[in-house]
Parts: sequence; C-alpha cells; structure tokens
Amino acid sequence: MAFNKTRHYILALTLGLGTLTNIAFANDVKLRNVSYDPTRELYADYNAAFAKYWKEKTGDTVAIEQSHAGSAKQARALLDGLEGDVATLALGYDIDSLYTQGNLLSKDWQAKLPDNSTPYTSTIVFLVRKGNPKGIKDWPDLAKEGVEVVTPNPKTSGGARWNYLAAWGYALKQPGGNDETAKAFVKKIFDNVKVLDTGARGSTTTFTQRGVGDVLVTWENEAYLVLNELGKDDYEIVTPSLSILTEPPVAVVTRYATQHGTEELAKAYLEHLYSPEGQDIIGKHYFRPRDAAALAKYKSQFAPVKLFTLNELFGDWSKAQSVHFSNGGTFDQIKGQ
Amino acid sequence: MAYTRTAHSATSGVIPGFGLSLGYTLVYMSLLVLIPMSAIFIKASAQSLPEFWATITAPPVVASYRVSFLTSLLAAAINVVFGSLLAWSLVRYNFWGKRLVDALIDLPFALPTAVAGITLSALYAQNGWIGSLLAPYGVKVAFTPLGILVALTFIGLPFVVRTIQPILQDLSPEFEEAAATLGARRWQTFRHVILPALLPAILTGFALAFARAVGEYGSVIFIAGNVPMVSEITPLLIITRLDQFDIAGATAIAAVMLVVSFILLFLINGLQHWTARRSSYLSGEDGV
Repeated sequence: MAFNKTRHYILALTLGLGTLTNIAFANDVKLRNVSYDPTRELYADYNAAFAKYWKEKTGDTVAIEQSHAGSAKQARALLDGLEGDVATLALGYDIDSLYTQGNLLSKDWQAKLPDNSTPYTSTIVFLVRKGNPKGIKDWPDLAKEGVEVVTPNPKTSGGARWNYLAAWGYALKQPGGNDETAKAFVKKIFDNVKVLDTGARGSTTTFTQRGVGDVLVTWENEAYLVLNELGKDDYEIVTPSLSILTEPPVAVVTRYATQHGTEELAKAYLEHLYSPEGQDIIGKHYFRPRDAAALAKYKSQFAPVKLFTLNELFGDWSKAQSVHFSNGGTFDQIKGQ
Repeated sequence: MAYTRTAHSATSGVIPGFGLSLGYTLVYMSLLVLIPMSAIFIKASAQSLPEFWATITAPPVVASYRVSFLTSLLAAAINVVFGSLLAWSLVRYNFWGKRLVDALIDLPFALPTAVAGITLSALYAQNGWIGSLLAPYGVKVAFTPLGILVALTFIGLPFVVRTIQPILQDLSPEFEEAAATLGARRWQTFRHVILPALLPAILTGFALAFARAVGEYGSVIFIAGNVPMVSEITPLLIITRLDQFDIAGATAIAAVMLVVSFILLFLINGLQHWTARRSSYLSGEDGV
C-alpha cells in the first residue's frame, strides 16, 4: 500500500513537472506536410533546412511529418481527415478538390503565393534502359508496336495525368493534329502499357526493380533521382522534343492549420520554398526552380525541351479532368474499347 | 419471462441464457455487419436507377467482375486440391519438420497483405527468382491475371487446410481399414469413405478461401498490373472511384460485389448443408 502511494506521488510529480516544463520552455511545434509521390527526397532535405531556419528565427523546434502517396489519394486522405497543415500535391485539381469537396481551404488558394502557388516546376520525360535498345527518341516511339511503356494510372496519380496530357498535347501540336488524332495516338501508347500502378513511385519500382517495360514515362525530377540513386550504368534519360510544363502547387490547408494553431508556421514553411535556400534545394533535387538565379545555376542539368502549359492546350484542370479522367472520359474510352 | 422459458426449453440447452446470448448476437451482428452493409446500399441508392445501372455495367467494371470472381473461384479450387493434400499429409503422416510446416501454413494469415504482394511480385517478375525461370518459356506471371491467381491462392491456403485438418483428425484410419477388409479398392475407399466425410469441410474451406479472395486488395495490386479490362480487380476499381470523389459510384460497385458474393456463399453453404446430411446418412450416424 505504502509503496503504491509513493508510486502515485512520483507519478503525479512527474506529470506535474512535465506539464510545467512544457509551459515554461517547450516550443516544440509540429507540422504535417501531405505530399505526392516523388517529392520524398526533396522534402526530407527541405524539412531539415527549414527546421534549422525556423529555430534560428523563432527559437522553436519544429518537427515536420511527411506523408506521401499518389496525389489524388492524398487529396482524398486530407478530405477524409488526415490532418495535414500543408498540401503539396502534383496538380492544381487535387488542391481544388480540397475546396470543392470539403471546404478545407479558400477558393482563391492559388493566389496566396507567388507563381500561382507553384514554387517549382518540372516536366515529363522518358527513362529507358542503358543503350536505349528500343531507340526511343520522342513520343511517337512510345506508340510503336512492341514497345512496353510503364506509367501510373491517370485516375489515381497526378504524375500520370501530366503524362497523359503531355502525350495528348504532343499529338495536338503536330501538323493536322486534333482531338481525334490525339485520342488515337494516346490510345496506341496506352495499349503498350502493361502495368498501371496507382502512383509514380510504384511505377518507378515496377520499371527498375521488377524489370518491366522499355520506357518509363515520368517526372523529370523522378527520372534524375533514379539515375542518381539506382545507377547511371543501368538507365538513360530521353527528353522528348516537346512536353508539358508541370506545375505542382502548394497550399496551406487552412481548416486543419487553424485547428492546430499552425497557420503562421505553415505559411512560413511554404514561403521559405521561394527563398534562395529553398530554391537551391529545389534545383538540387532536379525540380526546376522559379527563381532566376537558382534556375541559372542548375540550368545545365536539364536537357533543352520545348514546353507547353496546361492552360494553353487544355484550359484549366477542372476542364481537363472532366474531359479526360472522369468516368466515361477519354481515358475510360481508350481503355474500355 | 415466459418467452425465455419456452425458448429455453425449445433449445433444451444445459446452459441458460438463450435470450441474452441471442440478443447479444443480434446487437453484435448489427453493429459490425448489418449496419455497415446496409450503409453501402443506402449510399449506393444516392444514384438514380439508370445511373446506377450505367455505373455497374460499364465495360471496365464488368471486366473487373470477371477478373475478380474468376480468379477467386479458381484460386479457391486450387486451394481445395492442394490444401486437402497438405492437410492429409499433416494429419496422416509423421515426418521431420512436420510442426514447422504446420506453423508455416498460418503465415498468410499473419503477413500484412502488402508485404505478401510485394514479395510475390518480386519473385514472379521477369527478373525475379521464379519469374526468370518461367520467362524463357514465355510464361508471364507477375502483372498478368495469372499473378492475381498466385496472390489469391497464397492468401487462401490456410482457410482450406485449417478447416479440413480437424475433420481429418477425427476420421479414424479404421474406416479405411474396414473398407479395405470389405474388399474396397483404394479409389473406392477414397471415393465412398473418405471424400463424403470430408466434403462438408472442403466446401467450407472453399467458401472461406473464395470469400477472402474476392475481398482481397492489398496483395493483389502489387502483382496484378492493374490494367483496365485485363487485370483490374473490382476492389481496386472501388478505390479508384473513391479517389475521384465518386462515392456513389464506388458504393454501387461495392453493392454488386456484395450481392454476388452473398449469392455465391449462400449457394456454397446450401451445398455444404446438403452434403453434410448425405454423408451423415451414408456413414450411418444420426441424420440432422
């Protein structure tokens, strides 16, 4: 009994002390970043840099939690209650859905940060096996018979939707190109797809670890990552003559950030992406920085490519989504025939 | 009170509490099974009938039913044959390492299905240990419907073995000896003595393995290839719909799966009941 009592006192004391210290000194803050598949390495690096910057600036220790999966899946998770303070997804449509489906942030979220809230851009390129045995140079080579193509499913993966629109846009921009020729062209490419993973990283694994396919259609940054992580001896990057400018945006998820009291922190976290330090890390991870100085520094690592934007050819995301990726859209049409 | 007493005498149990346990059963079943299931139908009914019909009969969706139900039935059938063999050798023979094998059978229960899927796809991919052996013969397993079959067979195995094993343990070898002394040949002994006794358990195992396979998602998506019309399973299609915020569409497809699964399980259960009656009649025990 006596022992029990002592134990209770000790427990109470520890708890009391714990609470006290928390009030007195603890400025441990938490932030959760819900992101898409191929940003794992970028944000691992950036988070460390930001934590250091934040500590120097405010004295607070910030612990940043990362979550990665296919972009549409992540939007769904946020709507279902994954309480991310910031969303850094693959395309605007997925962040739009946070507003349209759950009112987690304001409608004008994209105007809150510079460059349409996209601190980095990228494009879509091809990764082929060493020596390029199938001689893949440009989009039409993907539509040839006997070429196996790996891409994720556009219904679940943001990257795959960029892939799809890049191919579609290429066909549109050819002489005599129209929606019909583009659809036939994209169908030929997707007839060559034997594995459709749900996210970009899954496709990378399928292509590199499982040895499936002749060409992986993927983000430029993901392709360079594979080259550096898995060996320049095994793969080559082929940059097509024409591709799409991919713009993965970032936003504070206002509802959750307000709940957590992390609005300021979340905003600073995203703003710091635009700082010289942030832009440098972005370039280091083979995303294309917005900042001219950082872009100049890393320019030599990217092959020249002509880029078209989503707005130029497809209007906006909600239009592209409903025409191509909704139920019964062009993707369903080419796969359902 | 009177009701309880009647119920009690009607069931003529030694242990009292029929009313209580039935009530508990109903509440428990409602909370865990019936309410979530009916929620699916309520959500699905958010669509108009033509919409609902269009959703569940779209070509990729119909193709996915075919993939899901065919591979599941086939996997359960394979498990019935080889699972019975496994159970037989575990019960009737003694060999070194028997306990180890016995313990290994439960592994598919315990392993996270994603781990199983990744392992299987790594093994059966064209550069994997098994896949590279099959590749020269033009056999592709991973990323084809065959891969789905492998994954479903893997996860269904314990269900068959574990339902047949106890029955086989109770079936004393003396029956077979008696049959032999009465002049039955080996095949006749198997056909008329062993099989009838095992059939109800085999059917239960089949039903369980099938039900498990139809609902399986985690292991399959890693090995299936997930190409619409070819290797896309229905559960993946449901998740894809959810990712597109099409909850009504997802629940519509889920409702179809539920109905078809229920009908199939109901049929299997009926068959099992019938064989159980038949076999108890044949073996001369008290029927029903």
